[in-house]
Amino acid sequence: MGNLIVRRVTQMLLIMLTVSLLLFAIFDSDQFREKAAVAELGGFGVATLSADDYHEWLEKKGLNEPFLARYGRWLESVLHGDMGQSIEKDIAVSVLLKESLTNTGILAFFVFWIMIPVSLTLGVLAGMNTGSPLDRVISIVAVLTTSIPQIATAVLLTVILALGLGWVPTKSAMADGWSFRGLVLPLLTLLLYDIGYLVRMTRAAMTEVMASQYIRTAVLKGLPYRRVILRHALRNALIVPVTLIFLELNGLLSQVVVVEVFFQYAGFGRMLFDAANFGDLQVLQAATLVAVCVAVGSQLLSDAAYVFLNPRVRFT
Amino acid sequence: MNSRVVILLALIWFPLTAYVMFRSALGALANYLLLPAIPSVIVLYVLALRSWRESWVAIVGVSLVSFWLLMAVAAPYLPLVDPNKPLVPFLAPGGVRHGILFLLGSDMRGRDVLSRTVWGCQRVLVWGITATSVAYAVGAGCGLIAGYLGGWWDEFVSFASNVLLSFPVMVLFILVLNLLGQSGFNIIIAVTCSSAPVIMRIVRGLALDAKSRDYIQAAQTRGEHPLWIMLVELLPNVRGPIIVDASLRLGYTTVAITTLTFLGLGLQPPDPDWGLMIKEAATAALLWKYSYMMIVPALSVSSLILGFNLIADGLREMSLRD
Amino acid sequence: MSAQTNAAARATPILECRNLSIAYAGRTGDVPAVIDFNLALMPGEAHGLVGESGCGKSTIALAIMQYLGRAGRVVGGRILFRGRDLLAMKGEELRSIRGGAIAMVYQEPMASLNPSMTIGAQLIEVPMYHESMERRAAAARAQMMLDRVRMADGERIMRSYPHQISGGQQQRVVIAMALLSNPALLLLDEPTTALDVTVEAGIVDLIRNISTEFGTSMLYISHNLGLVRETCDRVTVMYSGEAVEVGSVASVFRGMRHPYTRGLFASMPVPSADKNSRPLVSIPGQPPPPRARPPGCFFGPRCASFVAGRCDARPVPLSSIDASQGHASRCLRVDEIAWDAAPAPGPGNITATVGDIVLKVQDLSKRFRHVTANDGLTFDARRGETVAIVGESGCGKSTFARILMGLIQANSGSIDLAGLELSKLPVTRRNAKTIRSLQMIFQNPFDTLNPSHTVGSQIARVIRKLGVLRDESRVRERVLDLLDLVKLPRDFAERRPRQLSGGQKQRVGVARAFAGNPSVVVADEPLSALDMSVQAAVTELLIDIQRREGTTLLFISHDLSVVRYLSDRIVVMYLGQIMEQGRTHEVFTPPYHPYTEALLSAVPIADQRYAKRKVLLTGEIPSAANPPAGCPFSTRCPYRIVGTCDRRPPPVQEFSASHRIACHLPREELLAMQPVFEEVTQ
Repeated sequence: MGNLIVRRVTQMLLIMLTVSLLLFAIFDSDQFREKAAVAELGGFGVATLSADDYHEWLEKKGLNEPFLARYGRWLESVLHGDMGQSIEKDIAVSVLLKESLTNTGILAFFVFWIMIPVSLTLGVLAGMNTGSPLDRVISIVAVLTTSIPQIATAVLLTVILALGLGWVPTKSAMADGWSFRGLVLPLLTLLLYDIGYLVRMTRAAMTEVMASQYIRTAVLKGLPYRRVILRHALRNALIVPVTLIFLELNGLLSQVVVVEVFFQYAGFGRMLFDAANFGDLQVLQAATLVAVCVAVGSQLLSDAAYVFLNPRVRFT
Repeated sequence: MNSRVVILLALIWFPLTAYVMFRSALGALANYLLLPAIPSVIVLYVLALRSWRESWVAIVGVSLVSFWLLMAVAAPYLPLVDPNKPLVPFLAPGGVRHGILFLLGSDMRGRDVLSRTVWGCQRVLVWGITATSVAYAVGAGCGLIAGYLGGWWDEFVSFASNVLLSFPVMVLFILVLNLLGQSGFNIIIAVTCSSAPVIMRIVRGLALDAKSRDYIQAAQTRGEHPLWIMLVELLPNVRGPIIVDASLRLGYTTVAITTLTFLGLGLQPPDPDWGLMIKEAATAALLWKYSYMMIVPALSVSSLILGFNLIADGLREMSLRD
Repeated sequence: MSAQTNAAARATPILECRNLSIAYAGRTGDVPAVIDFNLALMPGEAHGLVGESGCGKSTIALAIMQYLGRAGRVVGGRILFRGRDLLAMKGEELRSIRGGAIAMVYQEPMASLNPSMTIGAQLIEVPMYHESMERRAAAARAQMMLDRVRMADGERIMRSYPHQISGGQQQRVVIAMALLSNPALLLLDEPTTALDVTVEAGIVDLIRNISTEFGTSMLYISHNLGLVRETCDRVTVMYSGEAVEVGSVASVFRGMRHPYTRGLFASMPVPSADKNSRPLVSIPGQPPPPRARPPGCFFGPRCASFVAGRCDARPVPLSSIDASQGHASRCLRVDEIAWDAAPAPGPGNITATVGDIVLKVQDLSKRFRHVTANDGLTFDARRGETVAIVGESGCGKSTFARILMGLIQANSGSIDLAGLELSKLPVTRRNAKTIRSLQMIFQNPFDTLNPSHTVGSQIARVIRKLGVLRDESRVRERVLDLLDLVKLPRDFAERRPRQLSGGQKQRVGVARAFAGNPSVVVADEPLSALDMSVQAAVTELLIDIQRREGTTLLFISHDLSVVRYLSDRIVVMYLGQIMEQGRTHEVFTPPYHPYTEALLSAVPIADQRYAKRKVLLTGEIPSAANPPAGCPFSTRCPYRIVGTCDRRPPPVQEFSASHRIACHLPREELLAMQPVFEEVTQ
């Protein structure tokens, strides 16, 4: 097992390195350099620059050195926590990142806190008795919630809960200070889809396990039904859903982009969107790097969990 | 049976794609382009009803999808108001002005919501299907190569797809669209970057499994060329799971396109698009009595995706039953 | 207990099925799976339920346990356990009987054990939940039971997970688990089908002693008549959901009175007879589909003694033949058929003329990363000859086949095919003529054909690819000729593989192999996945074609009785090395290599005319990644000489021009071995 983990970690490090190289290369291209110049000097200023002056400006910014040297310097500064300056908001990127990640983190915390027990329970209940009325209801609801895209869920929830019933504010910009009620709509939007997805996966795993031969052995051994489910079935059925839960972190980073923008919540997704729109390159670069880091980390955790939970892989 | 389906699909897809992507260049021809597609959709629907009649899940799904497909190809021939023409702003559904019935009301700029909804599904369907098809061609090709040929091919392709998969999907979209600019074709590239690795993994898994089968070994002992084995022996047998996945993926791509348009990163206005409709309504019309402007596109896109998902579920159910 | 109650207890069957009928819910109504089944199992008795796939035998076991699943249900009759209605039991009562009074052993041990729980945890559950025993006592009892099923190293096994132990050990665990609560009735559903032959022998021996050691009654379900004969007291033969013959093993096996039973017998090769003295006769046709059974006798359409108007008039009842033995048969013409008549004479004593050497294997070796799959193989094959390569899993026979076909390359040694060196020549670099002359028949009929293409197109592809013919009409003709050759109807060319049965698919595989007029055909376990009666048909087909075309056949198998039947020479392999080789009759009679002796003794024989000497091996087949030093068989050999056999590789001793044995035992001892099979005088 240790061997596998080591191999996986090395692979992940290699991927991180490749991604950082790619990102640096993308944002280092001439096109973006010009964008940076425009951002700093103003469009008119760039247009009136002569070729020499332009080169002088480049050199002043240290943009004329060989590629790998610049990459090295950039990598070093990133690892020290300095990721540049946000042009739009005029604060250090790292500060901006910290703020937005904290906000998204709060959202994510509540999502996981509610999603995990609810989906696993519903999924297991549905899979235990495939074809029963309870299973049909759960399955239909799950299919519905995973079919409605989060943009549409956001719309429908806003209309019903905010505009119609008035229980919650329509936007979550939290301009008057932090309120939990402002969190409700984005939370529900995320939860509906994620719970639906995890319920379907758990149900599928549970159904497969319940049809297996070792469950037949357990039942025909005369064990009480409770023990068959809790000790024999769950132990095998939950392996895949648990690994999926770790991967949810990755998915969440994508989902928050649209949810936070719709509800104007000042989180990571909104920051990324604003940076992309404005052309705030350093923020974009840093945010992408962080996102990939989190994603790769979640994949690693997921693989580790799989190896740990599955005796067939853990003990050769 | 299969060649009939392919011909029908081509009769629908080519005119629709040409209409949406190249309408301006086609001039007068555009008026007649979609005519053969309309009966094709109906025939395809009937065929699907017949062959999938045992799974009501699949029937509901295919009905939803066919409905929107029909709307898309019939849009120019339906008695609809010009979707871009501002007439009467903020008119409630069912209102009548200037002798025109606004069945679903009008939006904040006065354009007919019903008309925009019907026309809007054209773009979603065309770009969605095209993008998914390209992603499939790339992903399945790489998957076959990685799965069957193995060795260095596998290492390289798997590493490349792992790199792509380590980006959260939205982040990847934003990055690509920012880099390449915002247009339908770039959406295709973005969707391919995010979907092809997943498809590659699935096809690779299927290929690896099929590789150990005796009929593949029989082909090898005959001295067949690897390319021949991949295309003639392997590919027809991985069809089942691929069709199920393709259906699901069409759903995901539809979500992606709508979301991107909502974010302003995808297809550009003023042509109607469901994501665009939501975006405009979310900023300009946040009152209960104007909520129809948001609900109509939201429900439309949900029903289309529900259709794709139900088809996938139904097909999976049927394949298990065999 | 007083003598009276004792006698009463003895007279009450422990399990009784009365007119049991089971059906599955299909799309268009109920499909009968078991029809009017009757059984009376006495305490301490072992009853065998024999039949081919689809006859309903496993369904009966599941019905007894009330685990038929959603679609199956009992539609008629009763099942009585100790006189009480089993089907009426529910809830707590049912739970305490399952695993307690009635226990079950399954076909696939690996799939039947929970992969996430240790063996120990799974075992102790039985006494803990059935007798409310506390944990430590339960663990001790489990350990004791592992000893009684002859598992060495019980403590380590208790701490292991199922995937860490071998198939034979897993099955012993399942048996131990079933016996832990001292059940009155044990149901065994094909318990040895998934195991290697020598491992199977050990399990069969264990099972045979269960009733004497534990006093348990057994219902033993199998498709193998020989196994039933060796383990059971009484037998029921089933066909298409019905019991066609019932009786004590002695009376049924010695005097069978149903055409199906007789047909099964005649289609089983016996390891002590060859194709000329006792020809294989297969049963023509196929079992009827469950939805469309013929009127009257189900076996009628395939029966040689069928009489129209009588046999298909109305359902045939089970009529008693010998009440004292409880022998009954479901045949209207019991008294009319000449049961003791000799079977139809074989196709004549045409042994194909054996020619020169076409294939010469010299010292062939192949190592994968840590595993030596083939080690110094040396043998040859002549034109028109059938050479059988025999061995269990891990012996390297499949690796050798793949080297021969060019799918992998050897590390050292040579394979000479009519002058061409093949050991390191991959198939992609072989010319059309070589490819054409060396073809293969595969093991799994369900995978051997591409499910997406028609049968005809697949054979035609072979013809075209191998360059046999180019002209379309002549290719078409050849496809039809080949279908004739394998005795399939010509219109099969348009069908897809899923419309064919296993046996038919395998015939197409044979046709495909012979499409290019090969000089050597490698058949890799072509019969293992087929039913018994179908095996006979395909075997006869292979012999027939080979005789006609003069092809050399390399027949890989683990089934010694079939090998005895159709091969001229035999090569016995164990863990990558050749243990013994020689002409068929030389290998089957002493002197034997100790492994050959054990292999022969492991074959279950149904024919009452032969008695078998029992030779049991200890231990399991060692992993190929860790072969023992010296002779690979030394770890399990009953004759092993400590210090010699486990240190030095054995010398090859010659007993005739063709007979070689690799063994350390002195020559005299080998020559003095007793034969494994002996004819029994009545």
